[in-house]
Amino acid sequence: MKRLRLVWVPAAGVLLLFAACGGPGGESAHKPVTVKGSDTMVILSQRWAETYMTENPGVTIQVTGGGSGVGIAALINGGTDICDASRPMKEAEKAQAKERHGQDVEEIPVALDGVAIYVHQSSPIQSISAAQLKGIYTGQITNWRDVGGSEGRIVAYSRENNSGTYVFFKEHVLGNADFAREIQTLPGTAAVVNAVSKDPASIGYGGIAYASGIRTVPVRKDDQSAPVTPSLATVRSGEYPLSRNLFFYTIGSPQGDVKAFIDWVLSQEGQKICEAVGYYPIARR
Amino acid sequence: MRGSGVLPYRPEVTPLPLPKAGAAGVFGDRLAAILIKGSAFLTILSLILIFVFIGKEALPVLTSAEVQKEAGLAQLFLPQAPHPGADREFTWQPVSEIPKYSLLPLFLGTLKVTIIAVLIAIPLAVGAALYTSEFAPGWAREIIKPCIEVLAGIPSVVIGFFCLMVIAGWLHDAFGWTYRLNALTAGIGLSLAVIPIVYTVAEDAFSCVPQPFREGSLAMGASSWQTAARVVLPAAMPGVLAACVLGFGRAVGETMIVLMASGNAAVLSWSPVDSVRTFSATIAAELGEVVQGSPHYHVLFFLGAFLFLLTFALNLLGRWWVGRLQKKLQGAA
Repeated sequence: MKRLRLVWVPAAGVLLLFAACGGPGGESAHKPVTVKGSDTMVILSQRWAETYMTENPGVTIQVTGGGSGVGIAALINGGTDICDASRPMKEAEKAQAKERHGQDVEEIPVALDGVAIYVHQSSPIQSISAAQLKGIYTGQITNWRDVGGSEGRIVAYSRENNSGTYVFFKEHVLGNADFAREIQTLPGTAAVVNAVSKDPASIGYGGIAYASGIRTVPVRKDDQSAPVTPSLATVRSGEYPLSRNLFFYTIGSPQGDVKAFIDWVLSQEGQKICEAVGYYPIARR
Repeated sequence: MRGSGVLPYRPEVTPLPLPKAGAAGVFGDRLAAILIKGSAFLTILSLILIFVFIGKEALPVLTSAEVQKEAGLAQLFLPQAPHPGADREFTWQPVSEIPKYSLLPLFLGTLKVTIIAVLIAIPLAVGAALYTSEFAPGWAREIIKPCIEVLAGIPSVVIGFFCLMVIAGWLHDAFGWTYRLNALTAGIGLSLAVIPIVYTVAEDAFSCVPQPFREGSLAMGASSWQTAARVVLPAAMPGVLAACVLGFGRAVGETMIVLMASGNAAVLSWSPVDSVRTFSATIAAELGEVVQGSPHYHVLFFLGAFLFLLTFALNLLGRWWVGRLQKKLQGAA
């Protein structure tokens, strides 16, 4: 019997702990705001959430990745308040969300991103054209010699087909053609950066925020135009050929805590964080 | 042991006091029995539920006309033209204007990586097991055994990352293959996950070989190597085979290591230094994004069902083989 009683001591402790944790949450009645979606935007959204939460104690923002498609699916299924996506929602997806919730989806551009082209630090390639990129990723060009490099096979890395970056690249660079079978796909931009940083014959693509340990190649729109390095000015002006909007999506116009968070993200302070992480602030509306 | 002149040992049995009928003790006993039985059946039930779930989601590939239009059996097993007018070929390209779902590159990829992993892991693991059970001095066994068992506890993501960062670099620097991430790199990483399983089961099999076998062999003048190779190994063969089958099953189903280290390009080639895409990596990479109920979704479940049946068939085959060997060995003894 004595032993049995001892069991109750930690049990009571645990209960007290739960009560203590539950207390303040219950009083302030803030439901956690969930943000789910693009892997490209995970770092950015996380930083927004952290800064916002330190400034507004009591509000909880939960950020998860998984890919733009995962986030959009969650938004449609009612599994998240905000979906962050690195590609615009398709009409079919918007229609699905409307059918499900009876409200239109609100599209809010929150940052600008350029898809950077990565090569190894030692690569002699100085610039590359959109057409050459298409050739490489559709399998027409397989030798570095054909794009101004030295003799040697090109090893091209891509993202998995569950990534918004993959879809963006397929639509904007390949003109919706198929990737060649030999293209290696890796889970996550970090894995692509890592693989490219280790292999002198390789090329890869991904967000600019990740571009460390490798070299970013300036891109030419076509063979005649001048090479453009991804930067705030060139992405914002649309001069850089591989740029895109990053979005937040909500069902109907945002309300309450969700609205407060999004307003803050669009404020000067929120947009400053974009730059700190390596993306570009959207033009003031 | 019996009949050696020692009187048979007759322990005095004092029966445990049975709980009185109607007392709380009987109820407790019944409850415990039900709980234990229940937990056993729960395992079977969850297995059945998993199978039913996978089967239900995979079935539209065979039954739904809408799914079959895009991903029928012909698309899965026969060569398809990637676009009108082009040569027919086997391609896995589910996100496309014309989605292509050929299973052949994935099947070949899975087979290639698995065979490489098993070819590396089985000799190493069985050799290590034979060494620790037959030759190693006590202190060496005390070090080797726990070390290999710790290897079994390393999460496969960690092995995959190690493979991507370190092993791939070494191999690439040493041999200069075109593709840094390839079937061989992934196979080596995978063998790290397979070795502990094969080792543990094989080691058990060796230590179950009765001591008189060894003593008899040594008494006949055989060296300890001859004893190990020609007496202990054959006697433990059923167990060693079971170990190999288990290892093969693990290699077929392992996901994270191949996802990270194989390059995931669905290429149709026999070369061990080309990139490969396996069934399990495909499911892991694509299931997260796929639209529920789409042909792509059902095809991924079809892959899962295929993988499930493959390992199931392998286990059955292994069991049958082990049984046959056991019979043969007992018949000979």
